[in-house]
Amino acid sequence: MRVALFITCVNDTLFPGTGRAVVSLLRRLGCDVDFPAAQTCCGQMHVNTGYREEGVRLARHFTEVFAGYDAVVAPSGSCAAMVREQYPKLARPGSRGAAAIAEVAPKVYELSEFLIDVLKVEDVGAYFPHRVTYHPTCHSLRGLHLGDRPTRLLKNVRGLELVPLPGSEECCGFGGTFAVKNPAVSAAMGADKTRNILDTGAEVLCAADNSCLMHIGGTLSRQKTGVRTMHLAEILASTEEAQ
Amino acid sequence: MSATFLGMPGNFPKNAAKAVHNSQLRYNLRKATHTIRGKRANVVGELPDWQELRAAGKAIKDHTLRNLDRYLIQLEEAVTRAGGTVHWARDAAEANAIVAGLVKATGETEVVKVKSMATQEIELNQALAEQGITAYETDLAELIVQLGDDFPSHILVPAIHRNRSEIREIFLEKMPKVPPHLTDDPPALAEAARLHLRERFLKSKVAISGANFMVAETGTLVVLESEGNGRMCLTLPETLISVVGIEKLLPSWRDLEVFLQLLPRSSTGERMNPYTSMWTGAVEGQDFHLVLLDNGRTDVLADEVGRQALRCIRCSACLNVCPVYERAGGHAYGSVYPGPIGAILTPQLRGMSSDLDASLPFASSLCGACYEVCPVAIDIPEVLVDLRAKAPHAAAERAGMKVAGWILNDHERLAKAQRAASRLRGLIPKRLPGPMSAWTDTRDMPEIPEESFRDWWERNERA
Ligand code: SF4
Repeated sequence: MRVALFITCVNDTLFPGTGRAVVSLLRRLGCDVDFPAAQTCCGQMHVNTGYREEGVRLARHFTEVFAGYDAVVAPSGSCAAMVREQYPKLARPGSRGAAAIAEVAPKVYELSEFLIDVLKVEDVGAYFPHRVTYHPTCHSLRGLHLGDRPTRLLKNVRGLELVPLPGSEECCGFGGTFAVKNPAVSAAMGADKTRNILDTGAEVLCAADNSCLMHIGGTLSRQKTGVRTMHLAEILASTEEAQ
Repeated sequence: MSATFLGMPGNFPKNAAKAVHNSQLRYNLRKATHTIRGKRANVVGELPDWQELRAAGKAIKDHTLRNLDRYLIQLEEAVTRAGGTVHWARDAAEANAIVAGLVKATGETEVVKVKSMATQEIELNQALAEQGITAYETDLAELIVQLGDDFPSHILVPAIHRNRSEIREIFLEKMPKVPPHLTDDPPALAEAARLHLRERFLKSKVAISGANFMVAETGTLVVLESEGNGRMCLTLPETLISVVGIEKLLPSWRDLEVFLQLLPRSSTGERMNPYTSMWTGAVEGQDFHLVLLDNGRTDVLADEVGRQALRCIRCSACLNVCPVYERAGGHAYGSVYPGPIGAILTPQLRGMSSDLDASLPFASSLCGACYEVCPVAIDIPEVLVDLRAKAPHAAAERAGMKVAGWILNDHERLAKAQRAASRLRGLIPKRLPGPMSAWTDTRDMPEIPEESFRDWWERNERA
């Protein structure tokens, strides 16, 4: 299966390891992956901060770059939700843009959806001997309705002990530019989230969104907790040989 | 008398920052919202057809709003036929003048009120006070807020920010005949309030109410409440004045069935509310006036995305589930409508010319929990994002977003920017200056990698 990777601008720039993990994981599962080099950003930051015009321009760019692929896989619940849920609201009904969005948006998958719904694998042959807790992230949970897909994948990872996270469905307080526009509330939410994480005794916090992990991980690191954050793709890509 | 909400200084981030550091407030809010949240989830979970009910609630409200002109006239006719008098108020000033005139005509200088958010919205109590008329709130929580010279901070539990020892203090100080050894036991507090209120009910000749619903076909008004104070207000006085927003309409009696299921479960987490009072026009011995309030609602109705906010039935489920409300508290929103619904309704009703109102659409992390619980499926995040596009932006932010948009619009520019960032990675300080200090005050920055993903791909795949 020929799959286009949408690595997302945050991953591309700040977390390239997540992109490399997606490549090795999907290849291991027999996919032929491509990274369309012209890709940039889905436009979420602009649209959600009130810069619609710039956001629409980025959305148009996205639909041009990814037109013609059977499937587009993104290691980000939030960016996948942007394309699938918010793009259709950006174009005038009946316009060319709306047609382009209707063509591309349904083929965009978040990683765990692609693995379970399209490739039909739940055991990706990973090995990760650590105590892990999972934060579902709001857009994955309520935007994409990923449900238990990510945790089903994690439960099949050999050596991994998955511990439940109390209050997991509560927002971590990142919210894109919310983190800098409302820093006090964002920090308070982040502090409550990290307290819950520490209560689990996990060594690693896993999620399907590096932007939330950047906020939670930044808080964990400032508090010198020693708990690591890892993207779902990185755990699923790790094997015995890689350890 | 509670102070006025209008012209409240500050903006949401500043107000919230203060509230976040009040640990008593945070504890009170967390405890209360989590308790109601849990109760709501349980009783909603009992209904196998909740999603269908929710869709029905949304559909009925949308239909009504689309035909609001027609149904309002039908309502006016029905109320008039039943012996009531209907008044139309374009804005707060008109509504206040109508109510003050009606009270004055009775010769009374005191009125009792059953909780009505519409009258809070138009600051009726202050307007009446200016005319020498004293309004007494009779809802327990409203009473606490009024005696404490305070603002309501929650739709359903206006005194949610107060704990019982604070309430005891307020009662001791402000109730004339309070028992001297009053404890902070909830039943004791409730009893003190009851004695205090009973006297008021028996003395009052004029009452002012709101309504949860109005039925166009019959002209019936409906109030749902749990203390019985509403029923006292509605039945004892000789003159009843109801001030109701024009969006509270339902076409027919049958439609009520849906909302009498949606509202109590969403608001108090109960299967049914203790008191449901309905009245149609004037009954013997009582004069009835209905003041229909616009105050910005028709402007909201004209907005394609924002109009869904008028479906709101003020259940407060979105407040109880909102992580931002939980930390910031209701006062930070500077409006009688706090929480997620306030963040979309207030800037629509009042416009975004004040700093406070312009900051409200940003008072959300867009986590979507409010949309999920809303019994009439208001897509609050959608409206927030739409309002953000209309809100004023600071010049520096505009410039920054423009540059970011320019870089992100072209992959070669993006690659160049990434390489520049990688080269400078050693120079980035742990604490950033300017607006980014908001990030580094409590969080470490992620490390900038040596190589972006696209450069890695280029090196490995294209070689
Ligand atoms: S917006 Fe929805 S959840 Fe919030 S108060 Fe209104 S009806 Fe209830």
